[in-house]
Amino acid sequence: MDFIGKHILTLILFLPTVAAVVIFCLPKKRELLIKWVALLFSLFPLVLTIILWFWFQSDQAGFQFQEQAIWFPSIASTYHLGIDGISLPMVLLTTLLTPLALLASFSIKDRIKPYMILFLLLETGMLGVFIALDLLLFFVFWEIGLVPMYFLINQWGGDKRNYASLKFILYTMAGSLGLLLSIQLIGVVAGTFDLPQVMKVWNGLSGTLLGLPIGTVKAVAFWAFVVAFAIKVPVWPFHTWLPDAHTEAPTPGSMILAGVLLKLGAYGFLRLVLPLFPAEAKRFAGGLVFLAVMAIIFGAFAAFGQRDFKKLVAYSSINHMGFVVLGIAVGAAAAGTENAHLALNGAVLQMFNHGLSAAGMFFLVGVIYERAHTRNLDDFGGLFTLMPVFGGLLTFISMASLGLPGLNGFVSEFLVVRGSWPVFTIATALSMIGLLFTGAYILIALRKVLHGPVNNHWVGHLSEINMREILVLAPLMVLILAIGIWPAWILDLINKAVIMLY
Amino acid sequence: MTAETLIWLIPLPPLLAFGLIVLFTNRSKAVSHTIAIAGAAISWLLSMIIFVIAVGKQDLAEEPLVSAINWLPTGETFMRMGVQIDNLSAVVLFFVAWTILMIIIYSVGYQNFGQPKGERDVAGLPPRGAAIIDSHGHVHNVPSVEPMYSRFFAFLSLFAFAMYLMVVSDNLLLLYVGWEIMGLCSYLLIGFWYGKDSAKKAAMKAFMTTRIGDVFMLLGIAFLYSTTGTLNYREIFGNHELLQHLAGTPSGILGLSTAGAIGLLLFIGTIGKSALFPLHVWLPDAMEGPTPVSAMIHAATMVSAGVYLSIRIFPLLSAGWETGAVLTPVMIVVGAVGGFTALFAATIAVAQNDIKRVLAYSTISQLGYMIAAVGIGAYTAAIFHLVTHAFFKALLFLGSGSVIHGMEHGVLHTGEHVDAQDMLNMGGLRRKMPVTFWTFLIGGFALSGFPLVTAGFWSKDEILSGAFRGGQTLVFVVLAVAALLTAFYTMRQITLTFFGQPRTEAARHAQETSWTMTLPLVVLAVFAVGAGWSGIPEHFPVIGGILPNWFESFTGAMLGHEEQAAGFNAIPLVVSVLVSLGGLGLGWMVYRKVKVAQDPLRKALGGLHTLLRNKYYFDEIYQQCFINPATWFSEVFTSIWMDKVVIDGILHSIGRAFLWLGRLVRSGFDVPVVNRGGDAIAGGVKYTGAAISPMQSGRVQQYMVVTITVVMVFTAILFAFLKLV
Repeated sequence: MDFIGKHILTLILFLPTVAAVVIFCLPKKRELLIKWVALLFSLFPLVLTIILWFWFQSDQAGFQFQEQAIWFPSIASTYHLGIDGISLPMVLLTTLLTPLALLASFSIKDRIKPYMILFLLLETGMLGVFIALDLLLFFVFWEIGLVPMYFLINQWGGDKRNYASLKFILYTMAGSLGLLLSIQLIGVVAGTFDLPQVMKVWNGLSGTLLGLPIGTVKAVAFWAFVVAFAIKVPVWPFHTWLPDAHTEAPTPGSMILAGVLLKLGAYGFLRLVLPLFPAEAKRFAGGLVFLAVMAIIFGAFAAFGQRDFKKLVAYSSINHMGFVVLGIAVGAAAAGTENAHLALNGAVLQMFNHGLSAAGMFFLVGVIYERAHTRNLDDFGGLFTLMPVFGGLLTFISMASLGLPGLNGFVSEFLVVRGSWPVFTIATALSMIGLLFTGAYILIALRKVLHGPVNNHWVGHLSEINMREILVLAPLMVLILAIGIWPAWILDLINKAVIMLY
Repeated sequence: MTAETLIWLIPLPPLLAFGLIVLFTNRSKAVSHTIAIAGAAISWLLSMIIFVIAVGKQDLAEEPLVSAINWLPTGETFMRMGVQIDNLSAVVLFFVAWTILMIIIYSVGYQNFGQPKGERDVAGLPPRGAAIIDSHGHVHNVPSVEPMYSRFFAFLSLFAFAMYLMVVSDNLLLLYVGWEIMGLCSYLLIGFWYGKDSAKKAAMKAFMTTRIGDVFMLLGIAFLYSTTGTLNYREIFGNHELLQHLAGTPSGILGLSTAGAIGLLLFIGTIGKSALFPLHVWLPDAMEGPTPVSAMIHAATMVSAGVYLSIRIFPLLSAGWETGAVLTPVMIVVGAVGGFTALFAATIAVAQNDIKRVLAYSTISQLGYMIAAVGIGAYTAAIFHLVTHAFFKALLFLGSGSVIHGMEHGVLHTGEHVDAQDMLNMGGLRRKMPVTFWTFLIGGFALSGFPLVTAGFWSKDEILSGAFRGGQTLVFVVLAVAALLTAFYTMRQITLTFFGQPRTEAARHAQETSWTMTLPLVVLAVFAVGAGWSGIPEHFPVIGGILPNWFESFTGAMLGHEEQAAGFNAIPLVVSVLVSLGGLGLGWMVYRKVKVAQDPLRKALGGLHTLLRNKYYFDEIYQQCFINPATWFSEVFTSIWMDKVVIDGILHSIGRAFLWLGRLVRSGFDVPVVNRGGDAIAGGVKYTGAAISPMQSGRVQQYMVVTITVVMVFTAILFAFLKLV
């Protein structure tokens, strides 16, 4: 118990890797065994995260459950882990969605063994980003997360998977270049890669680097960070990799991609950009708001214009993540005020909420795609009669995505809107266009899939959603309701962290 | 248990019923509707208890029944969520509880409980009837039970939950939560027969049109919350200094004060929800839903929510206004929207033939009436009309459902292919369906404001006299004309449906409906008459003062000050009586002799009638001006031009540029310099090797010759050099 207490983050972080190694040693013919091993192993990090949730002291400032070990002493980079109220919900999201995605993967038939190994490595990569407190470590995990996803799309994807996977990895790598560059800048200037230490010394730095004044260095580092994270979120107009990647990725891959990977970008803003570059962030907040509003509006319009169900959901992610960026921009522009706290509360909660609803939506699209082998909305119609339970679940998750009050999405969107109204009034008003069309694209999808006369083409071909699939959705729906009705259980934690940090 | 705890419990039974039906009992029709009715009945009972407690409490307006808990952490503070029953919510709770319970009971009969299953029925379409063989071997076509019976009761229960939630809320956010869940239920119930193309479109139209209002309302809530730091009713509307402050601060939006801007944003929510012009288009289409839905959502409760909101925020709308003074800008907007809607919708109702659509437009018109009352500051009159209208309009809708049901019975029996909702196909139903007839007549007269006996007369008269006394002559005239039209189309409806001779075989074979449907009609008819007695003005000639004007003193207490002394004036009363009786009389004159399925006004009005019948072509205009451009903007501009052509185009060009650079490097450096250079070195060595390899022949003589030759050549060169030196 003491060991667990001291090394809980390392355990959470590397148990998936251990599972990957275990699976590596299993014979590839034992597919069912591999699936179960992967699923059961992925439950351990979840259980540990839940324990962590109860051990976590939300009133305490700074990072908790820190672990530090020597890693690269010559360049003052250490293996340093820790969590606070911002990262804990993200860790929970990751450790929750991974088992669900693995359960969803039970229907994968092709090369189970490498698939599961990649998936588990992906989990380690994502978790690493959320709990690393060393910039170099952060970067390493950031890149580790990329590779398995590339292969998941490239090997288990749809028809245009080569284009999509290449676009995904090149785009993100292009962002990573800047990220690496500015991490090095910071490391050289601050003399350490350790995030808490960097935060202490960073804002008091003066002098020059390579003949450049420190202000310029900071500006360069700021923009490199912003571009890297903006690509990952993705913020309009860096978003076009996302619909392609989503459309081609296998269903569980899309669940994780939308559920967790997009959050890495937003998390980068919260963890690095806002604390390290408050002045620059404040100066350029207007630009960020512009991009956020564009993402909200055009994400919604683009989703409305799609005929491919999965692309529609993919664009909805851009629309929803726009609210996260809007909240972050308010946090940058009005740091220290109540408005900023509310908007950032909303942004962090929206990250979590979008993880739940987007994963659910992608999964449901996958359920129907597996049966019908098409995602074209115009091919469906009247499925409510054939698959009433599926219809009910789709309606439920769609409403969460639409931001129906009483479900989770509303709470976070309301907080963002409330926080941003006094700071960016016009932008907030414009974002309502996006909110309106969120309704439109959700309803048009429901209408085209579920409603209308029964399409005789599908009679007898589409079976009702099965128990395993319902089990994937059940935890998501419970959380969606729990946050919608009683948001305080999670928001309290976020709120305290936000007040202490920003 | 304290009264405050009871308030928390009011919305929960229907929610529980919804959960139980969806998760467990959806296979059993009887259990499902029992649970739904039980849920509604418990809520009704709790509501009545609370109502009695609230009415008995002396200082309810100053000290309402409240209870709140911390809900949302907001920085250093908490947003509190709670329940509140004050005078306004008490009366709203009263009519909501009655109408919901009646409508849920009515649904049992309406959805043909106890009838056989139809062989051709599928989920998603209205039941098409079943053939049964009686003991004599005759085949009869009878109505069949709804295939998605349990689902219907689940949705109704969820709706009831949301409505109760909205009523008992003590703040605008919880109100918004209930408001939106109602919107969802409305969507689900309008699209209940989702297999019908018209139904699925109507459902989406309703959701989207109201959502336009809702996003503005959300902004209004955000604005209010960020300005005042609270959304609680009492802390805002009960705080006179705060309201004065808001009225005095410019908002920077359209030259309005902060109070005005917030009020306007919130009021746009009302426009959507209460289907006021210009967002009225969804309500008539919403009649695609089963009739109990129309009664519940689109007459008695949900659309009333919009009016309830406007009444709730009245202190904000009227901040800075004194009785008798010039109206605030936003009040003028409210009054104009309300008055225009009242008249505009009434004209359309005149030319509709679908029995439910007439009622739909009538509802829009009456909602406009209430909103006009709010706009001119006739606060209690607006509440009064809200209450009476809920009763008589629910009655009319349920009555129309009963008529349609009776007609459908006739259609099935005769096998005639006629529209069971078209009034021109009806006629003479008063003998076939006496209970429905009498109750419908009561409801219709209440709607028309038939003098003295009906509730509608008292509430409408209040509004008219309010407009007159307030000096709002234009509003007064508009509303009077609207009232005339209302009486006219109501009598048209009653005459075409119930009087004269049946115009089709189906109407000849129509049949009275079951007791589960007629009982709610009777109960609501009692209220359609009796509800008016609670608000008879004390200055009314002869009968005024016999009963105390309880309604006005009870709800008026909410304003915190006396409304303008209600001095009696004969003009509004006379007008009110005249338009009511005149309209009814005209309707009777024009329609009593209709023998064939043809509206006599059609010839008389000509092109105007076509315009009215097509609802001023608003659907078509909106389609062309908003929906088509938005679709083009999404499908073509955003998805193709912006994302595919411009953004991906730039990306692909960057990709291509690098590819080109790569090729250039390859063809300009790699291939000629690195590759060919390397190759050249390798090739040269090879060539030289091959060229000189014959030297290595292994013959000693040859080596000797070569050695000597080389030595001689070198020696010669050496000497040549030395000589030169």
